[in-house]
Amino acid sequence: MDKMPKWADVLLIPLLNLVLALVVSGLVVVLIGQDPFEAMAIMVRGAVGSTYGWGYTLYYATNFIFTGLAVAVAFHAQLFNIGGEGQAQLGSLGVALVCLFVPWPHWSLALAAAIAGGALFGAAWAAIPAYLQAKRGSHIVITTIMFNFIASALLVYLLISSLKAPGMAPETARFPEATRLPFAQDVFAAIGIDWSRSPLNVSFLVGLAACWLVWLLIWRTRLGYEIRAYGQSEPAARYAGISQVKIVMVTMLISGALAGLMGINAVMGEQQRLLQDNVLGAGFVGIAVSLMGRGHPVGVLLAAILFGALYQGGAELEFETSVPREMIVVIQALVILFTGALDNMVRDPVSRMFLRWGRRKPTPQPAGD
Amino acid sequence: MDFLTVIQILDSTVRLAIPLLFACLAGLFSERAGIVDIGLEGKMLVAAFFSAAVAALTGSVWLGLLAGIAAALIFALIHGLASITFRGDQLISGVAINFLASGMTVLIAQDWFSQGGRTPSLSGTGRFNSIDLPGANALEAAHAAAESPGMGLSAIYWELLSGHTILVYVGFLAVPITWWVLFRTRFGLRLRAVGENPGAVDTAGVSVVRLRYAAVLICGLLSGLAGAYLATGLAAGFTRDMTAGRGYIALAALIFAKWRPVYALGACLLFGFLQAVSNRFNVIDLGLIEIPNAFVLALPYILTVVILAGFVGKAIPPRAGGQPYVKER
Repeated sequence: MDKMPKWADVLLIPLLNLVLALVVSGLVVVLIGQDPFEAMAIMVRGAVGSTYGWGYTLYYATNFIFTGLAVAVAFHAQLFNIGGEGQAQLGSLGVALVCLFVPWPHWSLALAAAIAGGALFGAAWAAIPAYLQAKRGSHIVITTIMFNFIASALLVYLLISSLKAPGMAPETARFPEATRLPFAQDVFAAIGIDWSRSPLNVSFLVGLAACWLVWLLIWRTRLGYEIRAYGQSEPAARYAGISQVKIVMVTMLISGALAGLMGINAVMGEQQRLLQDNVLGAGFVGIAVSLMGRGHPVGVLLAAILFGALYQGGAELEFETSVPREMIVVIQALVILFTGALDNMVRDPVSRMFLRWGRRKPTPQPAGD
Repeated sequence: MDFLTVIQILDSTVRLAIPLLFACLAGLFSERAGIVDIGLEGKMLVAAFFSAAVAALTGSVWLGLLAGIAAALIFALIHGLASITFRGDQLISGVAINFLASGMTVLIAQDWFSQGGRTPSLSGTGRFNSIDLPGANALEAAHAAAESPGMGLSAIYWELLSGHTILVYVGFLAVPITWWVLFRTRFGLRLRAVGENPGAVDTAGVSVVRLRYAAVLICGLLSGLAGAYLATGLAAGFTRDMTAGRGYIALAALIFAKWRPVYALGACLLFGFLQAVSNRFNVIDLGLIEIPNAFVLALPYILTVVILAGFVGKAIPPRAGGQPYVKER
């Protein structure tokens, strides 16, 4: 396995994949008659050119951190959790219930309870597919896809019946004022920095904490070791006495809980009520984020910020040119395609190149990592 | 609920089942050859867009159909390239294809027509029009005129069997053809073998890669038909994300049917029926309990999970499904 130095695997190949995805996206922009470089400039300026842009970028990134970590944790056990969307919707429901039906004196208590509620509901929604995979061998990808649709039907039903607020729109009542999370502009104003209005809120810090905790879990605990061992080789893990049922269940519960946490950012932080579609595809973006980030929390964080910038930049692009917002979906699809499915297209030639390069020197130097 | 209402619901069952059926058979070919395809949704969507767009531009639904199939074939080739040639993850490739279709269609629709991501409405030769079976109109007129009790049954002919587009009849025909190809030809035998044990097929001197590409392309062709029917038969034009999860329902139907063509017909008719019922009634009142519409819509997914769980007959997928084939060296 010493074909390729580690930096090439961790940095070079994802970067090459990203460049390929961006080049093809640029071609798409050319095809619809726009200047790709100008489009790129607008997107970059819109995403990171102001505190307003940064606010939105990091707000979107917060969603993607949670869904990205959810996919990443499951990937470590070789489980493909494609149900982040449904788990996030149920998590949002949990957050909404906590905020609506308990009179909280202070936002910090509400946040703690909402974290528990979101995680619990998200985990519960992942529990059934996990159980069916562990005990009955039903393929987790198919069951989680089905659970996405069931979740959305459930939410539609609840929002036109028991949870519906008076009025026409299928949504809950507004959450009480005491559950409102501090926005970035409030926090920065307190220390005298001028920050534009944006939906960025303290959930971002929860997201950072989640990254650290996932790192701790996967690489510094016994459970994390078992998850990785199971993911590397299921038979070997079983010989070592690791219970398959336990790993599949626990991994999926953690994954679902992480996806469910998205609700504190989107529902509690921004919308302040439960809408019919509050996840808006973030569950699927998590797949792209996790693939780009190579399953490592730091990678996930960086990829989430990249995708947050893409979302915010895409919104600005639609505002300033005639390129519709769907450009983001295309870029996202190409990133998934090149980093996930067509990975070997880049990896094989690169590793061959390293092999040839290594052979030329008669005494290979020890790698410096 | 009178007899005519029942017939009308069954009629719309047929209309709604056909796109599912095409997509389900598409998935059947692909998965039987060991290529898992969750990109059915995306392939249907590009086919729906290009068929409607070309039909709108040229006024010919047949050219539209060809364009739709061509677009679905290109997406099928991307999936083949990723999962056969580059041995990538088939699930991830499918996810990417669904997103690519969802984004590209709106992008191109906006560029070509500037109508907020839709195509102009199709009419006349731009759509597949319904075919009246011989004597259907006369029977319907007779039914309207006379209230004789025996005439009610004639609705089965003029409402349920007659008045569909050509693609509906093609769809029903595709079921026995699929069965025949898969279970009565040498190609079908090899295709099924490549989904169970590609190593054995390779040992017998048959190219795994070529067989799998063939399967993926047939899958593209059929999902192209599904999408084209959706935009030019069922609806009159393309609207954004108009497949609305049908690709996934087709996938569910495929599992429900345990990867068999004739069962697939039954599963698609059942799921089409559920859609037709939920379209027609807001709440289904069974006397004791009321079933909300959302539950009926979620029922295909719930049923599939139950089937997958193996509580009602176990669904066993082709054994080599999802794994890239690496020839021994």
